[in-house]
Amino acid sequence: MDGVSIPLDHVLLLSALLFICGLLGLMMRRNIIFILVSLEVMLNASAVAFVAAGARWGQADGQIVFMMILAVAAAEVAVGLGLVLQIQRRFKNLDMDDANRMRG
Amino acid sequence: MLELILFYMASTIALVSTILALTRANATHALIYLILSLLAVAVVFYLIGAPFAAALEVVIYAGAIMVLFIFVIMMLNLGEKGDRREKQLLKPQVWIVPVIFALLLLVELVLVLSKSVPATTQGLVTSKQVGLTLFGPYVLAVEIASMLLLAGLVGAYHLGRRYLEEGREE
Amino acid sequence: MLKLLPLIPLFPLVSSILLMVTLGKMPKRIVAILGAGSVGLAAVTTLLVGLAFMESGQPHHQILWTWIHVGNFSPDIAFYLDGLTLVMMSVITGVGFLIHLFSAEFMEDDASFSRYFAYLNMFVFAMLILVMADNLLLLYLGWEGVGACSYLLIGFWYQDPTNGAAARKAFVVTRIGDAALAVGLFLLFTELGTLDIQPLAEAAKSQWQVGDTLPVIACLLLLGGAVGKSAQLPLHTWLPDAMAGPTPVSALIHAATMVTAGVYLIARTHELFLLAPPAMLAVALVGLITSLMAAFTALNQHDIKRILAYSTISQIGYMFLALGVGAWAAGIFHLVTHAFFKALLFLAAGAVIHCLHHEHNIFKMGGLRTRLPVVFWSFLIGSAALAALPLTSGFFSKDMILLQAYELPKFGPWLWAGGLLGALLTAIYSFRLVFVVFFGETKMEPDKQPGTRMAVPLSLLCVLSLVGGFFALPLVPLESVFPVAGEHHPSHLIEGISIAIPLIGLAIAYFVYLGGQLKVDGLVNSSGGQVLKKFWFSGWAMDWLYDKLWVRPYKFLAYILRRECMDDIYNVIVKFCQFLFMALSRTQTGRLRWYATSMVFGLILVIALLQGVIQ
Repeated sequence: MDGVSIPLDHVLLLSALLFICGLLGLMMRRNIIFILVSLEVMLNASAVAFVAAGARWGQADGQIVFMMILAVAAAEVAVGLGLVLQIQRRFKNLDMDDANRMRG
Repeated sequence: MLELILFYMASTIALVSTILALTRANATHALIYLILSLLAVAVVFYLIGAPFAAALEVVIYAGAIMVLFIFVIMMLNLGEKGDRREKQLLKPQVWIVPVIFALLLLVELVLVLSKSVPATTQGLVTSKQVGLTLFGPYVLAVEIASMLLLAGLVGAYHLGRRYLEEGREE
Repeated sequence: MLKLLPLIPLFPLVSSILLMVTLGKMPKRIVAILGAGSVGLAAVTTLLVGLAFMESGQPHHQILWTWIHVGNFSPDIAFYLDGLTLVMMSVITGVGFLIHLFSAEFMEDDASFSRYFAYLNMFVFAMLILVMADNLLLLYLGWEGVGACSYLLIGFWYQDPTNGAAARKAFVVTRIGDAALAVGLFLLFTELGTLDIQPLAEAAKSQWQVGDTLPVIACLLLLGGAVGKSAQLPLHTWLPDAMAGPTPVSALIHAATMVTAGVYLIARTHELFLLAPPAMLAVALVGLITSLMAAFTALNQHDIKRILAYSTISQIGYMFLALGVGAWAAGIFHLVTHAFFKALLFLAAGAVIHCLHHEHNIFKMGGLRTRLPVVFWSFLIGSAALAALPLTSGFFSKDMILLQAYELPKFGPWLWAGGLLGALLTAIYSFRLVFVVFFGETKMEPDKQPGTRMAVPLSLLCVLSLVGGFFALPLVPLESVFPVAGEHHPSHLIEGISIAIPLIGLAIAYFVYLGGQLKVDGLVNSSGGQVLKKFWFSGWAMDWLYDKLWVRPYKFLAYILRRECMDDIYNVIVKFCQFLFMALSRTQTGRLRWYATSMVFGLILVIALLQGVIQ
């Protein structure tokens, strides 16, 4: 479909809003699952920004970076969820405020 | 014109479902809302002339990563107790400071955006273009991404193995 | 022969150092020979040098080496020998030798025998430096030296805390005077550019007019120093308490030599004082008032040494009076005769104390005339000289002072009358002492007799007290030093009164204390009398006054500042750092949400900064 002009700053505004929502979630929630979810939201928001930028110039670079972001998100989620499993085993709950002992 | 309306609708859905996702008590509900948000974002991608990105968003992000999330949560088996606990934790003094900061940040970002030169999207970027660019100038990035995924794989395996083993032993 | 001059202070110095190094290891005989012998050698050398000086008739200046060299200030270690120096040196070494000899027997039972002689020799050295110095800085060195040795010797029996307190009191009070003297030296150097005494006098005469303010200030400061060292008003409170030291120490330091250092200072710088008539008047008044105060106090004491101490203060007042009216030679003359008879009195008192197992209260003694004849005659002759009975040495010197005081233009007669009153009181209290201790019934038996080493000095001093004034012998060397006073011929009435007053005093003392004809008990025991007695006994309540005025406020100040206020200011810095530490370490909570929030906050700040800076 021929991309009829969608103003770029609107898309960037969407990206910004999504990012801020992600930040809110990161700051508010204590459950580690929700913190990881917020991280995903933030990553997604930055992906939107990249794709929009690529579309502005009509080049594929934005989408390629989007793919890199996807790879990063996947790896991070995998490792993060592994850590979540360890936390659940140790603390018997997923509250991050309990994991505040700084040792070593 | 139509695209503009569709764009606004999709954006609204994305935002609302994100907010909903972050304010649920039940983790599974939140993830479902998040998947919805991702789908809306895919629509936005399609509308700005990046169909390949839209497809990737649906297939990989919503289809693989979120599913992984859901699997692990079901494995953790939090149950009803977890839900009640979560409800307790959403008290006002928890969210007042983050909201203030978020609003400040929003104001700043809007200010930044308002200074930029108005521009519009240029048109369709086909998958063929993406493929040529990916294995052209960016081929090294592909290699590095695969190494990253390998690292993630090994890490996740290692971290998860102990849990599974001890879970079985207990 | 004149070149032997540096040997004179060298002998006691070497002896002192030797004794300090071998403290307690040498037998007492050797220590005594070393200690007394060194001063004896110094005395002999003084005699030889003196004869050579009298032959040559010129002042002798001998520079040893340059002491300090800073900018245009370069005082030397140098000695200046003129008539005044010679007189002082003779007194110091001569009387000093006799006292050292006396001490050999007086202190023979003491365990710290060598420490005593070490200190005493060091004192003689310092005093000699003081009188032989050719510049005021070297004089100040000797000044400080005698102050230090005085402290050491007053507190000689340091095991008793009262002795230590008395020594501290002496040191602190004289220190106040020393500070005034130092400021005076600073002023003189700043104004005149030199501290060498002869050039100083020349510069002062050329630069200042008679009656200028600067010489007055400088002389008043010098007077301040002299007042401290010579125990005059207001810095006299230390001398009676200094009697806590051994009696020969009191004889040497607090009668014959150290307390006369102030008199010497003023006499040495008389050229400056001649430029400042108000200062000279101040000197005379200080001398007179002190003399009278001390005389009244001596009348009421019952400790034999304290009577003599107050008597010393009183007699030095006479010397100050003499200096203040311009009778320089008379003042020095009185210094010499006073050295003779006061040393005699102190040594005799020491003999009494030594033979009466350390009893000090005269009312517990009595009738010792028959028991201790040598001491009795010493005391009698000494008291006669003190009271200035006719033909004793004291008579000649005191008479000279009073007559020259009378001649003074404005206040002369008043000063003379005051001096006469002082003479009357002197006679009364000195013969009171003699009659109470040596006449009447024997209350305490002496357990030993004074030996040769005590008797010989006593006898020699008796002779000197009697004939030392004849022909005004000590005055001969002084003629070249001081401006000669014009010939006076006071009327015969004045002379007659001057002669009669001491005799009247003797008579009063006889009638009260010996004959009993004059009953003063009624007067003394009345309520007014008791108050007056207490007042005079405490030295006109000066100790009480000083305690209230200086000691209490100072202690209060020290108490307020005991917590080291300056440290508190630095502690504020420490406390602030600690506060910051506590505050900042609270940010390390370990909670993920807190870190995320702070990161967001930082992000806000950075974006704001970037937006503010880069438009």
